[in-house]
Amino acid sequence: MAKQIIKVEHLEKYYQKDHILHDINFSIDQGEVVALLGPSGSGKSTLIRCLNGLEAYQKGTITFNGKQVEPTEKYWQQVRQKIGMVFQSYDLFPNLTVLDNILLGPVKVQHQSPKVAQASAEKLLDQVGLRDYEKAYPRQLSGGQKQRIAIVRALALKPELMLFDEVTASLDPEMVRGVLNIISKLAQDANMTMIVVTHEMNFAQQIADRVLFLEDGRILEQTKGDQFFKQPQTDRARAFLESMAF
Amino acid sequence: MSSWQIIQQSLPLFEKGFVLTLWLSFIGIIGSIIVGLICSLLKYFRVPILSKIAVIYVEVSRNTPLLVQLFFLYYAFPVLGFKLNAELCGIVGLIFLGGSYMAEGFSGGFDGVSKTQVETGKAIGLSQLQLARYVVFPQGLILSVPALAANMIFLIKETSIFTVIAIPEMTNTALDLIGMYYRSNEYLLMLVIGYALILIPLSLILTILEKRVRYGSFGN
Amino acid sequence: MAHSGINVLFEGRNLIRLFGGLWTTVEIAGVALILGLLLGIVLGVLRTFPNRLLRLVLRLYLEFFRITPTVVLLFLFYYILPRQLGVNLPANQMAMLAFALWTSAEMSDIVRGALISVPKHQRESGMAIGLNRWQLYRYVLIPQAVSLELPATVNLVTRVIKTTSVLMLISVMDVINVGQQVVEANNQKFPTGVFWVYGMIFVMYFAIDYPLSWWAKRLDKKRLERANG
Repeated sequence: MAKQIIKVEHLEKYYQKDHILHDINFSIDQGEVVALLGPSGSGKSTLIRCLNGLEAYQKGTITFNGKQVEPTEKYWQQVRQKIGMVFQSYDLFPNLTVLDNILLGPVKVQHQSPKVAQASAEKLLDQVGLRDYEKAYPRQLSGGQKQRIAIVRALALKPELMLFDEVTASLDPEMVRGVLNIISKLAQDANMTMIVVTHEMNFAQQIADRVLFLEDGRILEQTKGDQFFKQPQTDRARAFLESMAF
Repeated sequence: MSSWQIIQQSLPLFEKGFVLTLWLSFIGIIGSIIVGLICSLLKYFRVPILSKIAVIYVEVSRNTPLLVQLFFLYYAFPVLGFKLNAELCGIVGLIFLGGSYMAEGFSGGFDGVSKTQVETGKAIGLSQLQLARYVVFPQGLILSVPALAANMIFLIKETSIFTVIAIPEMTNTALDLIGMYYRSNEYLLMLVIGYALILIPLSLILTILEKRVRYGSFGN
Repeated sequence: MAHSGINVLFEGRNLIRLFGGLWTTVEIAGVALILGLLLGIVLGVLRTFPNRLLRLVLRLYLEFFRITPTVVLLFLFYYILPRQLGVNLPANQMAMLAFALWTSAEMSDIVRGALISVPKHQRESGMAIGLNRWQLYRYVLIPQAVSLELPATVNLVTRVIKTTSVLMLISVMDVINVGQQVVEANNQKFPTGVFWVYGMIFVMYFAIDYPLSWWAKRLDKKRLERANG
């Protein structure tokens, strides 16, 4: 049996009086790719941010690598080194070069030797075809390039789990493919465990081992990837898929 | 004499100084707003020659201290034949200083109106004057409110410098009393409280006004 | 006749004395700025911490300096320090201290404003790669805040320099005090000298402050351009 990477039990999230997430339960094994789907405002982003400690939750537990996460900033800081996250708005640090963006985590947080870290950063940059840009500043890059660098920055920490939060949502259409290809490759070649929030249904269908369908802060459906797209179990999921197809 | 007696005894004098500070500030602020608005309009419409003069005035005024400006007005000008009494000097000096600060405030607001707003206005065929009247001024004036508010508070504080030409405003009154009776604690305390009485309510009002204006015009 | 008065500047050591006074002014402003800006950065960072009591105390510190005119502040230090606290400093050093604390208060607000306007996503990206609080400030927030705050800081510098003009009130031998003495000593010989001496001081302040505020404006324009496109 594959090793369990993350397990979420009875997670509840309130924002002031609003109940954002209701009794969320799921677990993910090593090497699994999970697509988190659902209409806008269903709580996908909030959920994925909870898994990285960027959002506080009020009830329930998250277990990472067999150990229950204590909901303190200090503990999360340790966990985050093992969880890579990529955001919609890429958010490279504008004051640092591409290489320094990538090295900040490995060198300052994980205290890897700069030489070793740089060597592996350059290897990663090669893989995404941006080796030539290591001395460039973020403002000199296109959106698609920035997002690829942001993925490299997350991978540089050698995470055991990657979270992708709508990473192509603010890219121009012609940039989307390149970024998605990198994520697919990561799943296939590196067997990376990942949770992907996306609106790209073809991509989700192609990559997901499993789909979590979220609506109004509840998980309505947990199904194998191809099954979800061919035979969704709930009416809500069916309606959602129809609305996304055009 | 106890501290309390000292304070009570000097209260009437302080009150006079307090009122004079308020009055001079009021005139100074109104004058500064008028001068500032005129200068910023000259700059906005790029009026030939006059706009250049406005720019020079603004730079000279905001890059020199009020105290030096007052010395010039009060001591140096009489030599040339212009003689003003101290209070008039104070007001003229304050307006000379404040006019440039207010001009910068207004201009900053006008410049802060987003490019897309201006371009949208041009795209529907507004003339330069219409653009100013319907797009740039209404939005720009609101954007300049925080700077204008900060300038008002700044100018009120600057009236304390009037003491150097012996205008009997609040600071001058306090320093005179200290000179006569050597009770620095009591008089300085009264002085700080005096300014707090003017500035705390004013800055609260201005903060509320700022929010109200922004809410009213942009709905957020 | 005004044109003859200009010779007051070249009489004896008058011009040298004026520049000596200017040096005192610059020295006091310089020391006050170095101390005040550094302290202000620390206080500004602290004001973005979650501790409420700390934030309240620092806010009150700021507001005190905000509502007290600098003239009054100077006299508070001038009278209260020696009489109540037994601290006897020369007037120059007392002025440096008063100006440094005032600068730190104003600077703390500039730094805080810049730090909180660094986009939230930047902070989160930093957290996502496991940076701790100190590292987050050191590598992400402060470097970005510096470029945001630079124009305001330069403007603060010009304000502090202008405000040094009130030093004459506590009998520091600054450029204005020296100027007054020069005027009085030469009043008989050059009745219109006053015009030229104060004119000279006017020009001196302008010559220091104008380049600085020109620079601040340019920085601000650049920053706006970058933000817009």
